[in-house]
Amino acid sequence: MTAEHPEQAETADVAIVGAGPAGLTAAACLRRLTGARVVVIDREAEPGGIPRHAHHQGFGLRDLRASLTGPEYAKRLADRADRAGAVIRSRAQATGWSPDGALELTSPAGRTELLARAVVLATGCRERPRSARLVAGSRPDGVMTTGTLQQLVYLAKRSPGRRAVVVGAEHVSFSALATLEHGGARAVAMVTELPRHQSFALFRLGASLRYRTPLLTGTAITAIHGRPRVQAVELTELATGATRTLECDTVVFTAGWVPDHELAVLGGLTLDPATRGPRVDGGLRTARSGLFAAGNVVHPAETADVAALAGRHVAATVQAALEDRAPWPAAAAPLICEAPLHWVAPSAVSPGPLAGPPRGRYLLRAHRELIDAGVEMVQDGRALGRHRAVRVTAGRSTALPAAVTARADPDGGAISVRVVSARCRR
Amino acid sequence: MAGRERAMPARETDYDVAVIGAGDVGAAVARELARFELRIALIDRGDVGAGTSKANTALLHTGFDSKPGTHEARLVARGHALLQAYAAEVGIPIERTGALLVAWDETQLARFDAIEDNARACGHHGLRRVDAEELHRREPRLGPGARGALEVADEYIICPFTPPLAYATQAVLAGAHLRRGEAVTGLQPLPGGGWRVSTARANAARANAARANAGAGAAPDAGELTATWVINAAGLRSDEVHRMAGRDGFTVTPRRGELIVFDKLSRPLVNHIILPVPTAKTKGVLIAPTVFGNVMLGPTADDIDDKTSTSSTADGLARLRAAGRRLMPALLEHDVTAVYAGLRAATEHADYSLEVDGDARYACAGGVRSTGLTASMAIAEWMRDQLGDAGLELTERPVGLPAITMPNLGEAFPRPYGDAERIAADPAYGEIVCFCERVTRGEIRDAARSPIAPSDLDGLRRRTRALMGRCQGFFCGAHVAELMAAPERTP
Repeated sequence: MTAEHPEQAETADVAIVGAGPAGLTAAACLRRLTGARVVVIDREAEPGGIPRHAHHQGFGLRDLRASLTGPEYAKRLADRADRAGAVIRSRAQATGWSPDGALELTSPAGRTELLARAVVLATGCRERPRSARLVAGSRPDGVMTTGTLQQLVYLAKRSPGRRAVVVGAEHVSFSALATLEHGGARAVAMVTELPRHQSFALFRLGASLRYRTPLLTGTAITAIHGRPRVQAVELTELATGATRTLECDTVVFTAGWVPDHELAVLGGLTLDPATRGPRVDGGLRTARSGLFAAGNVVHPAETADVAALAGRHVAATVQAALEDRAPWPAAAAPLICEAPLHWVAPSAVSPGPLAGPPRGRYLLRAHRELIDAGVEMVQDGRALGRHRAVRVTAGRSTALPAAVTARADPDGGAISVRVVSARCRR
Repeated sequence: MAGRERAMPARETDYDVAVIGAGDVGAAVARELARFELRIALIDRGDVGAGTSKANTALLHTGFDSKPGTHEARLVARGHALLQAYAAEVGIPIERTGALLVAWDETQLARFDAIEDNARACGHHGLRRVDAEELHRREPRLGPGARGALEVADEYIICPFTPPLAYATQAVLAGAHLRRGEAVTGLQPLPGGGWRVSTARANAARANAARANAGAGAAPDAGELTATWVINAAGLRSDEVHRMAGRDGFTVTPRRGELIVFDKLSRPLVNHIILPVPTAKTKGVLIAPTVFGNVMLGPTADDIDDKTSTSSTADGLARLRAAGRRLMPALLEHDVTAVYAGLRAATEHADYSLEVDGDARYACAGGVRSTGLTASMAIAEWMRDQLGDAGLELTERPVGLPAITMPNLGEAFPRPYGDAERIAADPAYGEIVCFCERVTRGEIRDAARSPIAPSDLDGLRRRTRALMGRCQGFFCGAHVAELMAAPERTP
């Protein structure tokens, strides 16, 4: 709070940053559980987050037990939070923290501060753009991420191009195929460096039948050519090093998710180097007392309903903190994946009640596909538990039951998560 | 546009001076000449500052490493003082970080004497030796093995985009005609003296610039104008324009410099400009903060033959990362926000190619390399004096150059999103459109209403920073494109 502008200082019990599925669900649940004053800050013009511009069906399966389109789902979540009595503030961006721990906000209403007893970071994630992937070549128009593509086609009603190459083969990549078709563009290839796609077999089948888009596995995009518009991409087959040129006017970089972690870093949190999101325990508590993180800022990226359920989960720990029922964990043992495992979320184990992960499971990813994998947790040379997973892969999580960390010592050293046996699909 | 509407006296030629090239040098020359009663055309195939001027290392050099006795050494030293003062006057973001020239082995350490001698010969006496202990204290993230450094305290980081726009804005407000989207295709001497300048619209992308320039109607595909004097400031194409004027003497070989820009979260890693010990060909790969709050790694230096090839290469990026891994391993752990490749207008000569010919009424400021941003105002001053000596009538206009304030793009100065009073007075400054760079709708609107409005998204990027952040348009790309397609031009 600034003494010079006392009229600009605002207080709340809970400030939630981000009105996507995690933030809106946390807000609605907190209002139902408590009488707390809950303010949700969102920088977009409308609440709802990423689903606002994802027009395919299938949103809300796990949390609402319904199958909705993205915009329907976004509206449903925003309405629920609103009806529950949460204050949703759109066009407001939290740009940093004041020295006394208030959020600094910019909105058309002014430059203000919001001081809350609990803050939940529900800032979500975004796709790494071409530059962050260090793809060489010219910098023409027509290179975008799925996020930009969806906004272009569904919000701005503009044409993305005519011939597109989709980089990546996760769920979102198949969603990009549908968006391209809706926008009148043909996807001439889907490219992944991995040996197979990482989505549902049905999506893959649908893509080849409906859009006739070939899936090029084990292939990297190594250069983009053209100016002022994309004219072609250079593709390299990883096994042989053979390159070829494919003509196109649009390149869509999909997946490659990175959490929107700026506020977490500015708030003094250290990132989990594997997820690049803030490290949280099962209760979604960060290392800083009163600061929580939930949704895809923690696990980049899960489907919207999984993020929403993380919002429901964090509401319970926030409630406990508001009611002084659970002391902030003094210690938490980090979970650290060993290659070829990539990341696990949440990635810290703390003591006490409310320390179990959302949905009773940890989410596990690998750099490449592992079949029939024995996953072991080891702390200070002591095996804590083992789990056999049918499959662990990239782009799609495998559940590890919460019990695997039941014997962990929160005051002990880092917990290593490793594969002790697996078959590797080539 | 104010300049376009000014009534001009009828004379034999359309213009007294045609400046070819609206980069750092051409725009600075146009601005300097706009002080006088002259009819000026500033011609560019694209936008202001969109050629070699847009992708440089964004440093205000002292010139301690220049070759003594050259135009470059003198003009960089003079330009350093001029641009520093000008930056304060018109609001160009600039920060005095100072530079540390780091030696990584005995051989490089041994070169410090020669570097100091060279600096003294160029008039710089302020270099200071820094031992390894002090170096690591002041740059704790520097990689292991640094042996010591030379401190050059007067090196600055500067916004590379604002200077040419500021120069051109002042020139236009003082009455110069800015002719964007016109590529010069030929120069013919007129019988009575002066030049006929033939132009063409370069391509469709350039046409947008021409339309924005003209306000509404489309410019013709080919055109011509006449001018008493022609000043060649065509950067990468300065050799081609030189030959159009019937001259020879230098050839531009584009030297490509690739740069990696790291995420803003890396900014606390670096305190100074970290320079390597230079070689004959290049100043080498450096690490520097940017005024936008990023950290930059680069540039490479590769001679190529295509003046349009601003592509980055897998090999160049790999070399930069290898160099960066040694200089500052922690930097490489950060995400990359952008990759650029710029072309420097290098020639076979170790100096700029400067010339003023009073008989032909032709002047040239060609072959101006990466130091051009620093030297630009000094080149303009030199050009003014030479033109005066060569017979160009320089009558000062009764009112000086109009005062301007450029929009601030730098993190070290207040930006609209954080300015409570500005937002209270105009809520458009509280509406953040580009979340990563915190660019507001008010700033995008201001750019559209500015004397030199952007004609494409790249132009908007250089004027506002919109889309230049870590998401590269994931969140705001479509919104910014809409604002660009339907700009809020009228108040």
